[in-house]
Amino acid sequence: MNGSHSHYLIRRAGQFIPTIAAILLIGFLLIQLAPGDPVLALAGDNGDAQYYADMRARFGLDEPLPVQLAKYAGNLVTGDLGTSYMQGRPVAEIIAERLPATVLLTASALLISALVGVAVGVYAATRHNRLGDHVVTATTLAVYAAPVFLLGQLAILVLALRTGWFPVQGMTDPRGDTTSLRAGIDVAHHLALPMLVLAAQEVAAVAQITRAGMVNELGSDHVRTARAKGVTERVVLTRHALRRVLPSVVTVLGERVGHLVAGAVVVEAVFGWPGIGRLLVTAMQSRDIPIVMGVFLIVAVTVVIANLLTDLLYVKLDPRVRLG
Amino acid sequence: MFASANWLTRPEAPGSAVAGWRRLTSRTPGVAGAVTALVVLSMGALAPLLAPTDPSAVDGPSLAPPSRAFPMGTDALGRDVLSGVIYGARTSLIVAGGVGVIALLTGAAVGLLSGYRGAWVDDALMRITEMFQVLPRFFLALVVIAFFGPGLDRLVLVLGLTSWPLLARVVRAEVLTLRHREFVDAARVYGASSARIVLREILPNVLPSAIALLGLVVAQAILIEASLGFLGLSDPNMISWGAMASQAQQFLRVAWWLSLFPGLAILVTVLGLNLVGNAMTNASVGRR
Repeated sequence: MNGSHSHYLIRRAGQFIPTIAAILLIGFLLIQLAPGDPVLALAGDNGDAQYYADMRARFGLDEPLPVQLAKYAGNLVTGDLGTSYMQGRPVAEIIAERLPATVLLTASALLISALVGVAVGVYAATRHNRLGDHVVTATTLAVYAAPVFLLGQLAILVLALRTGWFPVQGMTDPRGDTTSLRAGIDVAHHLALPMLVLAAQEVAAVAQITRAGMVNELGSDHVRTARAKGVTERVVLTRHALRRVLPSVVTVLGERVGHLVAGAVVVEAVFGWPGIGRLLVTAMQSRDIPIVMGVFLIVAVTVVIANLLTDLLYVKLDPRVRLG
Repeated sequence: MFASANWLTRPEAPGSAVAGWRRLTSRTPGVAGAVTALVVLSMGALAPLLAPTDPSAVDGPSLAPPSRAFPMGTDALGRDVLSGVIYGARTSLIVAGGVGVIALLTGAAVGLLSGYRGAWVDDALMRITEMFQVLPRFFLALVVIAFFGPGLDRLVLVLGLTSWPLLARVVRAEVLTLRHREFVDAARVYGASSARIVLREILPNVLPSAIALLGLVVAQAILIEASLGFLGLSDPNMISWGAMASQAQQFLRVAWWLSLFPGLAILVTVLGLNLVGNAMTNASVGRR
C-alpha cells in the first residue's frame, strides 16, 4: 500500500466522526422542533410524573440548548439510548434482544444476493443480447420496481398458503422440537421465504451491475488477447473479467445496506419476523419515541460504518483505483 | 441505481441495419415508461371521472372477488378496490412531484455552487453531500412521523430534503466540464456577473442530466412512501396504495386481490419511471 492509499484511508476515516456527529445533531434538532413540550414528544402523553421528571433531567430540558446538546450527545456516546416508556426498560437492552433476528435475516439476504446476483449477471453477460439476457434484464427491472411487501405477500400466497411448502409467519414453530439441530432446521425453514424476498431486489441490483460490467469487460482488449492466447473461457470469465467487476459489486452492496435494513422492516411486518422491524412498528403505534430514535441512530451508524468498510474494501480489491 | 443507470447502453457500429434496429428497440423501454407515467398521471388527475364509485363508499358485498361489477374486487367493508387504486395514484403523484421539485432545486443549487465556486466551498459542500447520501431516509422518515404524526406534507419535505445528493453530484460534475468552455469564458469577458453566468449559461446545460436522474430519484421516493403506508403510517386523509396493501395483509388467506392490485399499481408506476430515467440517462450520456 503506497502513500496516496494511506492518505486516502486516513482522510476517509476522518470523515467518520463528523458524519456520526451530524446524525446525532439531526436527532437533537428533531427533538427541539417537535411540537409542544419536548418531554411530551419524547415520552408520550401517558407517562407518569416520575418518568417525566427523569426525562427532563436526562435531557436537561430546563437548561440552555448547548447544555442539552452536550447531555444528549454524552448519553448516546456512552451507549445510553434512553428508556422505553412502554416497557420501562433501557432502549439499548430492548434493541439488543431483537437485533439477532434482524442480523440473521439481513446478513443471509446479503450473502444470497451477492452469490446469486453475480451468478445471474455473469450468465446474462455470456448470453449478451440473446434470449437468456433479455429474460434476466426484464426480470431484474420488474423486481427492482416491485414494492417489497408485494413480493412478500405473493410469496406467502403462492409458496406458503397455496403449496404449504413454507410457514406463513414467525421465526419458530411453537410446537416444534427444541433440540439444537431440529431447532436450527426449524429457524432455517422459517427464514427461507423472508430472506429470499428481502434478497430479491439486491439480487436484481447486483445482477444489473455485474452484467453491465461483464459485457464491458468481455468486449475489452485484454479479454480478446487472453482468448487469442488460448486461455479457457472459464478462466477468462473469472480471472480476467469478473475480477475487475467485483469492486463495483462490493460498492453496490455497500451503498445499499440502508435500503436493505429498511426492506427488512417491511419484510418483518409481512412475515411476523421478531426483529427490529416488528419492534419499530409497535413502537410507532404507541409513539414510543426513545425506541424509534434508538433504532434510527443504530441503523444510521451501521450504514456509515458499512460505507466506510465498502470504500476500504474497494481500495483493497481494485489496485487501479485512482485516489483524489 | 445510478451505477446501473446506463446498463442498457450498448455501443454499436453506426449506420448498419443492426444499429438502426437496435436504436429502435432500445427506445421502446423509454417510450413505454413515458406512456406508463402519463397514464398514472392522468389516472390521478382524472380520478373522479375514471373511478366507478367513491373509493370510500360502501358499495358492494364484503370481500367480493374480481367480477364484471368490481373488476378488482371489494375490500372487507365492501369498497371498490379499482376506485381505490385510481384515487391512490394521487398520493404517489404528490410524493413524486413534491420530492422531485425539492430534490431538483436543492441538488441543482448545491451542485452549481460547488462546481462553479470550487476551492473550499466545493470541499465543504461535497462533504455535506456525502453525509446526506448515507442518511437512512426511510428511518429518518419514521422518526419524523413519530414526532410530528403521519402526513404527506412532512413526508414530502423529509424525503425531498434527503433525495438531492445524487443530483448535486451529477450537476457538479457537469459544471466542472462546462466552467471553462468558450461560451462561458466569452460571457465572462463581456463582464457578465457570476450569477448571470451560472443561471443563464451553465444551468440550461446541466439541467438535462439532472432531470434524467430525477425519474429514478422520485421512483425511490414512491417506494418509500408505499412502505410507510404498508406499515400503517401513511396520511390518514388520503387513499394510498401502500395503505391498501397494508389492509390486505390480514385477509391474505381469503382475498388475494386486495394485495395484488395496489402492489401492481406501485410496481408499474415505479417501473415506468425507472425506464424513463434509464432512457434519459443513456441519451444524455450518449450526447456528451
